[in-house]
Amino acid sequence: MGAVFEGKGKEMSTSMTILFWILVVPGTIVLGLIASWIVRKVSALVQWRLGPPLMQPAYDVLKLMGKEILVPQEANRTVFLLAPLVGLVGVILLTVILCSVLLAQKTFVGDVIVAIYLMVLPSLALILGGSASASPHASIGTAREMKLVMGYELPLVLAFIVVLIKTGGQLSLDSISQQAPVFSISGMLAFLVALLCVQAKLGFVPFDIAEAETELGSGILMEYSGALLGLWKLMHAVMLVALPFFLVTLFLGGYTGNYLSGTGLIVAIVLLLIFVGGRLLAGRSKFMDVLALLSFIGVCILAGLGKYVLILVLLILIKNTNPRLRIDQAMKFFWGYCTIILFAAIILASLGCYYEISWL
Amino acid sequence: MKKTIQKPVLAVGPFHPLQEEMEYFQLTVDGEIVTDIDVRISYNHRGIEGISETLQFDQVPYLVSRVCGICSASHPLAYINAVEEIAGITAPERAQYIRVIINELERVHSHLLWVGLGGHFIGYDTVFMWAWKYREPVLDLLEEITGNRNNYGNVRVGGCREDIPDEIIPKILKELDVVEKKTEMLTKAVLDDPVLHARLKGVGILSKEDAVKYAVTGPTARGSDVAIDVRADDPYAAYGDLDWKVISQPEGDVFAKAVVRLLETLESIKMVKEAVKKLPKGPIAIEVKEIPPGEGCGHAEAPRGETFHYVRSDGGNRPVRHKIRAPSYVNVPSFRASCIGEHIADVTLTLAAVDPCYSCTERLAVVDSHHNLVHDYNTLLQMSRDKTARIRKEIGAPELKMEDF
Repeated sequence: MGAVFEGKGKEMSTSMTILFWILVVPGTIVLGLIASWIVRKVSALVQWRLGPPLMQPAYDVLKLMGKEILVPQEANRTVFLLAPLVGLVGVILLTVILCSVLLAQKTFVGDVIVAIYLMVLPSLALILGGSASASPHASIGTAREMKLVMGYELPLVLAFIVVLIKTGGQLSLDSISQQAPVFSISGMLAFLVALLCVQAKLGFVPFDIAEAETELGSGILMEYSGALLGLWKLMHAVMLVALPFFLVTLFLGGYTGNYLSGTGLIVAIVLLLIFVGGRLLAGRSKFMDVLALLSFIGVCILAGLGKYVLILVLLILIKNTNPRLRIDQAMKFFWGYCTIILFAAIILASLGCYYEISWL
Repeated sequence: MKKTIQKPVLAVGPFHPLQEEMEYFQLTVDGEIVTDIDVRISYNHRGIEGISETLQFDQVPYLVSRVCGICSASHPLAYINAVEEIAGITAPERAQYIRVIINELERVHSHLLWVGLGGHFIGYDTVFMWAWKYREPVLDLLEEITGNRNNYGNVRVGGCREDIPDEIIPKILKELDVVEKKTEMLTKAVLDDPVLHARLKGVGILSKEDAVKYAVTGPTARGSDVAIDVRADDPYAAYGDLDWKVISQPEGDVFAKAVVRLLETLESIKMVKEAVKKLPKGPIAIEVKEIPPGEGCGHAEAPRGETFHYVRSDGGNRPVRHKIRAPSYVNVPSFRASCIGEHIADVTLTLAAVDPCYSCTERLAVVDSHHNLVHDYNTLLQMSRDKTARIRKEIGAPELKMEDF
């Protein structure tokens, strides 16, 4: 790995590097599970519900790991069994690349292209798994997922072109993350469209068309059970880390360092204490529940994850204030509105680049 | 292994996250488009009409309130209307008003329940939770008046069982104000949301001709510009005295049905308020000694449409025949007119938009998939008649004439 990465910026000490490589994979999984808890909890609060406890996503995955795996008789066994692994590995690899850029400033030329390819891998794995499972529900879900992928990949690539123009055509994530294209008109437009594409990649409402619980059962995942379903859940949890990280890197100027020293550390410890106390007392009052959530988000912000939390909250709010779209409407939305907006953004960005107006 | 090319079939049911009851819709699909639809019900036949003939006249309301968990005021009221028609009695005025109040509160909570479920069907869980939260005070009011959140058991032949005490009237008015405000907010949110428009407008259109042809009732008909409402067309209880109007929308799509339900909710709240204010003094029931022989029909406007009860008495203390026709029984077949040629996503929504209630729709049927044998209600009736005729022939009984049936 060391040979692939060409160190840029400040170097980490050897022990820190070793620690980073040891912790990055379990760290992303833990962060992913926490993120999916935040999604469920904030959704619950928006909907006047109580929501699950912090450990619930982990319990869910652990429970599924111990359950029986049923493979449909007509299914293509190899593909059916391997698809969730492919998806999970792809998305973990993506997170590792993004983390090494954001936290360790390790980068290589063209890693942004690799990242964009790796981002397609979960959807591709879902399509493989769905089509291998020999179920009419899953096959309709697969067809929908394919259409959706074709729908959002175009605007996503166009948004990436806007970023490239704004950041001077550099093909490494590290140099892109040194700038924040979102503070310009074209960058803002590209960011908003990319956010919606990420919403579709995550399969959140209004783009949960492939799973569509009330139409297709759970569509593409219909035949999955036990540990395989657990892997899908895990993949989804890690995607909750990887995709917002990608947006942070591309649009919001990357990781800007934490505030966990001096006063920041004391505030963080106090917030953590409130969080733990709130979790312990949460059963008794909704106020403590909200307080715990807020203090947790506070700690995240102090640890330099503020931008990540911002994107997560935006995703959750879109998720909870929209009905599910029909697949043709989603395609029309991505290929119509989003693409037109992005062509305008590309023109604006090019003009801005040519006349050296940074806010265009 | 021989493989034949078959049309892909999407099964919605018998157990499906779309609806909580047992029903089976077999959608033949071509890509995303539904080309044919087949409905199979009768997974949980309970034989209510049969049980009813073993109960006394005063016990039947408790039974028929359990035909459907939501319409548990309209079914007993329709039955009571039938029995009161046989006995030729009229309940005291106060009882008529109490019946209206309970029935309209039932409509409010049923329509809010549907709005929430409608949100859930299109993945809008926030609407689901909020609508059900706003529905909760209505159930509390019903509990305060009748003692139960559902299955009120408050009507009896000749009046009502529980009175509405004067002390809780201010509370009813206050709670209803809150519910009214929330419902207005919900209505505005639905009418203004562009994404909801995109999702609901022009979806699952049931034209006026089809609505008449399939004889649909309730909000399903009123959403298709057929302004029928038993409360207005043949007023029972105290509906004739109250000032209200029948809501109808011309479009016939899912959006029109949603609008009809939301506006009806507001209309019902207005009605309850008026009825509570006008509530006359006096007794709530009269003594009924016996039910004379004869037959009677009663109908009531349930939240889903007209529910119809036919009761025949031979002068004894129990009905000799009790026939129920619930609104979903006529609303469900209209799917053939509104669903074919639509997208799967729209079809599941259209299936849910008539607010079908399968517990009302259950009829006896025999389904044996191993021998590919299906006996529906009509075949079973014919088999029963054939068997009777055969036995009569065997024992040498005189030939039956058509009039005897």
